Amino acid sequence: MAESKTPESKTPESKTPESKTPGSQPADRSRLGQRLAAGARGLVVPVLAIFSALVIGAVVIVLSDVTFFERLQADPGAALGAAVDEVLAAYSALFTGAVGSPTTYVDAFASGDLDQVTHAFVPVSETLLAATPLIFTGLAVALGFQCGLFNIGAEGQLYVGAMFGTFAGFAFAGLPLFIHLPLAIGAGFLGGALWGFIPGLLKARTGAHEVIVTIMLNYTAFRLIEFVLKVPGYQREGRTDPISKVTLESAWYPLLVEGLRANWGFILGLVAAVLVSWLLFRSTRGFEFRAVGFNPTAARYAGMSIATSTILAMTISGGLAGLAGTSIVLGVTHSLTSGISAGFGFDGIAIALMAGSRPRGIIFASLLFGAFRAGATPMQSITGIPIDLVVVIQALVIMFVAAPALVRGIYRIRVPETTGLETFGQGWRA
Amino acid sequence: MRLELRGITKRFPGVIANRAVNLTVEPGEIHALLGENGAGKTTLMNVLFGLYQPDEGEILIDGKPVTFHDPGDAIEAGIGMVHQHFMLVPVFTVTENVMLGVESVRGPLGQQLDRPAARKRILEISAAHNLRVDPDALIEDLPVGVRQRVEIIKTLYRQSDLLVLDEPTAVLTPQEDAELFEIMRSLKASGTSIVFITHKLNEVLEIADRITVLRAGQVVGTTTPAETTEESLAAMMVGRHVSLVVDKETAKPDEVVLEVDDLVVKDDRGHITVDGLDLQVRGGEIVAIAGVQGNGQTELVEAITGLRQPLSGTIRISGELVRSTPRSILEAGVAHVPEDRLEDGCVPAFTVAENLVLNTYYRPPFSRGLQLDRAAIETAADQLVKDFDVRTPSVFNTVANLSGGNQQKVIVAREFSRPIRLLVAAQPTRGLDVGSIEYIHRRIVEKRDEGAAVLIVSTELDEVFALADRIAVMYQGKIVDILDPDVATTEQIGLLMGGSRPVGIVEAEAAGELTHVVTTGG
Amino acid sequence: MTAVAASAPAVIVDRAAIRRQRILGVVYLIMAAVIAYFLTTEVTAEQTSTFVLKPAGSTGGLDVPSLVVPSMLAVYLAAGLCAALGAMQLIRGFGSRWAVVLGIVVVAFVFAFLTWAAAGRSMSLIGILQLTVQKGLPITFGALSGVLCERAGVVNIAIEGMLLSGAFTGAVVGSATGNNVVGVVAAALVGGALAGVLAVLAIRYKMNQIVAGTVINILASGLTSFVAARVLQSHRELNEPDKFTSMPIPLLSDIPIIGPMFFSGNIFMYILFVLIGLIHYGLFYTRWGLRVRAVGEHPRAADTVGINVLFTRYRNVVLGGMVAGIGGAYFTLGSTGSFVHDMTGGRGYIGLAAMIFGGWTPIGAFLASLIFGFADALQARLSILNVAVPSEFLLMVPYIVTIIVVAGLVGRVRMPAADGTPYEKG
Repeated sequence: MAESKTPESKTPESKTPESKTPGSQPADRSRLGQRLAAGARGLVVPVLAIFSALVIGAVVIVLSDVTFFERLQADPGAALGAAVDEVLAAYSALFTGAVGSPTTYVDAFASGDLDQVTHAFVPVSETLLAATPLIFTGLAVALGFQCGLFNIGAEGQLYVGAMFGTFAGFAFAGLPLFIHLPLAIGAGFLGGALWGFIPGLLKARTGAHEVIVTIMLNYTAFRLIEFVLKVPGYQREGRTDPISKVTLESAWYPLLVEGLRANWGFILGLVAAVLVSWLLFRSTRGFEFRAVGFNPTAARYAGMSIATSTILAMTISGGLAGLAGTSIVLGVTHSLTSGISAGFGFDGIAIALMAGSRPRGIIFASLLFGAFRAGATPMQSITGIPIDLVVVIQALVIMFVAAPALVRGIYRIRVPETTGLETFGQGWRA
Repeated sequence: MRLELRGITKRFPGVIANRAVNLTVEPGEIHALLGENGAGKTTLMNVLFGLYQPDEGEILIDGKPVTFHDPGDAIEAGIGMVHQHFMLVPVFTVTENVMLGVESVRGPLGQQLDRPAARKRILEISAAHNLRVDPDALIEDLPVGVRQRVEIIKTLYRQSDLLVLDEPTAVLTPQEDAELFEIMRSLKASGTSIVFITHKLNEVLEIADRITVLRAGQVVGTTTPAETTEESLAAMMVGRHVSLVVDKETAKPDEVVLEVDDLVVKDDRGHITVDGLDLQVRGGEIVAIAGVQGNGQTELVEAITGLRQPLSGTIRISGELVRSTPRSILEAGVAHVPEDRLEDGCVPAFTVAENLVLNTYYRPPFSRGLQLDRAAIETAADQLVKDFDVRTPSVFNTVANLSGGNQQKVIVAREFSRPIRLLVAAQPTRGLDVGSIEYIHRRIVEKRDEGAAVLIVSTELDEVFALADRIAVMYQGKIVDILDPDVATTEQIGLLMGGSRPVGIVEAEAAGELTHVVTTGG
Repeated sequence: MTAVAASAPAVIVDRAAIRRQRILGVVYLIMAAVIAYFLTTEVTAEQTSTFVLKPAGSTGGLDVPSLVVPSMLAVYLAAGLCAALGAMQLIRGFGSRWAVVLGIVVVAFVFAFLTWAAAGRSMSLIGILQLTVQKGLPITFGALSGVLCERAGVVNIAIEGMLLSGAFTGAVVGSATGNNVVGVVAAALVGGALAGVLAVLAIRYKMNQIVAGTVINILASGLTSFVAARVLQSHRELNEPDKFTSMPIPLLSDIPIIGPMFFSGNIFMYILFVLIGLIHYGLFYTRWGLRVRAVGEHPRAADTVGINVLFTRYRNVVLGGMVAGIGGAYFTLGSTGSFVHDMTGGRGYIGLAAMIFGGWTPIGAFLASLIFGFADALQARLSILNVAVPSEFLLMVPYIVTIIVVAGLVGRVRMPAADGTPYEKG
């Protein structure tokens, strides 16, 4: 049933800004100006979203203090003052835990001691470290979004990828780094791809909605990991707790800087972002993904195979999530346990939404969320605020970013309407 | 009731749909609201019915101003509307649909549905105006003509004094049209006023007491059938002299390009909608399939273009059996302009350039290996936009921002820009303004003259008569007859569309003037 | 008057249906082989499996004898049945009764599995059945919540979050006030509030409903874990509610098998039955239900007859949230007592699958939830029995069953036509 649509004037904020000609002529400076302005406009919503989320987070901190109301009645001024202090302490711990404290930097540079300088950068290193798996899961989810698929299974795909990657990491002794590491990375991609292939195939062949299938596969993956971690040959010798063998050093991501934990996994993440961007906006396959994502019937009428796009997109998406797993087991923990991921897969959804499913934005969003994560642990140890606060803040950020009208309503401004979600079908028929 | 719309203005972002419209409907009058697609007729009626609020102007009933905040208010005031796209819930019965919103209830809490009471009333209304329906039938099982009767019963159930019918004959055969007109006269006789929205000139002259013509949101004039003619009405509608016929030379048909043999196709619900159909289309001719929507045309087109697997039978393009996937059929030189341009014909969120390569992107020059050649796509797009007169500020504009006519031109440009042997176009000018309609018809005839075989499916008999070299009438999944447009009459086609066998056909057969007789009927 | 084909009808071949038929037949045969091969390992010919049908320690009521079956024979019989049905399915197919046959094969497989697990021992079958209903309870609450929302056209992925919040609220309020009923009411209100947020996001801001639901789930998980860590760690007394005791209905609870299953539970079971009845009656026999369904199927049609589409959707989503809140309270006040981080373990999503499986009807949702509950119960009991299957795989069973159900049922069940599509006026 064709409903009459009222023509809406849309701001030129298309999902494919790269569809402008490469190598533009010099006279395009006004176009460059337009693009910058459009870019700035595109930042309004995420910035306000983060701000709003932090405000609400502050309220949560204050209200969850059981003594707050009593103290408020007894001495309102002191209670509010203490509340503000607590919030500021929490957020500044969060901030310094993520990017470092200005005083530490100044002292370190003043001292001229290399170790001290390196040490001052620990928070930045931790942020990069936390951001790395997020880049991969963000790309994974974004790729799915672009093809009209909702991949909630990045968490499970991450684990299966980690499982494969860990095995490749400890099973092949005597290989040089430049063979072993790529092998292990490839294994990780393969594992995640497999876990993404299943829902893709089911969706293409039976129409089963990927939301439920991927969620179920997440739980299945968790159980699978628990099982594998008790299998002799995989489980570390001499241990009864579920932990895998240690991966060999020849399969570890090399460190970026001696003394800091940040490693080349981050660089791989950047490379992956470039590759995904090429895939989506420059390759023939990517054209199909996006057409199927926007309008599957028209894509079909034009001769494209929806099934192929669905399966391929989900498989690659799963593979990317699997790479996230390798970045953890080959870069940080060097072995597999059932707790290596604290919701990186779900954060990927937030990141993809914040970035409008565009790879460039994903890098920035990953750094932001990585900063949150990196800062959460020091925040908890310094101020006692549980790290789950960060989960709450992130959920609020997603909410504001996915509903720009909400931001507009609260702050009374005009915002672009696009959210990167236009590929979505609705309900169970997506 | 006496209805008056005074100075109604309604604006949407970027367009003024109604501009200071004045309309008066006297009690017991059939008033036709005439205008081409996009003139603002439906908007005006949606304002009347409370679905929109007017920006300026007022509505008066029997001299008193009224405001309708939602359809509930309008219904209460005695206004009923039969929308162009039916407002019926497919999985509900007739009774449930009719009583929705004004349910008969019983029981202590006043909540339990009283279906028998509603049924009774429906049967009473049905008998009074010869609107035959089965109250317990599911809407999704009913043919379109019956659904329309249900819609009319819905309004009478609510005791409407004024009935608005929005393009009611779009889905009817000429014979069903006549039945509808009878019902309208019966309603008029019992005092109901009727506003009858249409773009069909002959109907207006036949049934209306008075005619108001809308053009680009404004009233151009109000007149009566006695004072006007089809041509002058058409001129009022469009603002200039319109030729209602397409200029074309006689066809010079060539080899058979499309050959359909005993085709059987099922629809999504498992019913057989194409039932042993035979058809041949030659290069250099236009065959138009006429028929009421729902007789299998959609599934036939889907089978020919590879979107639906037939159960049995064969389809040959230039003598070869084709693998029935859309891509292989496209590569075999078939162009497809689908019925629903926004849903099926293009990706509205993509740019004009991207849509123009929607089915050719994967081959050189648009793609080399794994990568698209952006420059080549842009160059080709610039050329096509110029050749096909697509009005867009740039090829990087998204298609969603274009007007309906330009969107269709993009689709046509895309399909016509490849060498094609067969063109399949379903409802190619639905919802377009006259200028675009003329343009598209011209390009179709050009393709025919280049030697392509053309298959048009259309519910607009005007279009069928204007374009076709041969008219194939489709009824219940078969081609019941193929006629020569120069000889056949609307009445004959109408009867065939409805499944009967008109007398004139028999005579013409005897005189050897018909080309291909397929089935017998009663 | 109507046209009649002059030629003989061609042979009509529905290739897709035949392929489905063949796949099912092969699957049945494979299952027969699996039964015959795997489920006879370590079973000796003279072993019997004993299925206890009366709850241990129950007084009164009829004495229901235990069911004793010769293990080996029973397993082979089941295998034979599957093989026969598989052969018939391959050759002829079962036409419109294929679903019934599928059900029979599944039942045969499960029966063979249980017989094998209980070979040489006795297994409390009634215990498993009771546990089935108990495990199915929260899933049904979730499914009912889904029915209320989706019948009005709103997809509610956030059921998981609402269950979790209900569990949390029930435990904390129940502990704080010492009154469990207040806890349940509070849980309902919290569920309703979360649903209100979902409704505003989805209806007013037209946010993609799946994203909105996911956001709420993450928010609920984060908030409950945050408060649990910040407050409940140090104030243990806020997380120790008294659980509801079981309230067997006199007479009804004495009916063999059915009694212990359905009429011996705690108050949540009876609330559920009442809800199922109310929602069923409401949806299909009242004016309220007709309007809700119209909004879910064809909102524009409902709008044009004067029904307030947006209000209907808001109202139903909030009602659905309240139902989910009550269901969440079951986890704490009706089952384990204390709130534990993320304790709902995906039951909300399984509830959605049950809703789909049950055709968006309350009774169908209940029956479907029982099937998932059975998978859950099986997994719980079998790990106790030390069955030769690793417990982790047993834990996977409910999730894999869900996948199979969802994959197999798409297109066969009719969902509300406007489900998931935001409504634009005009």
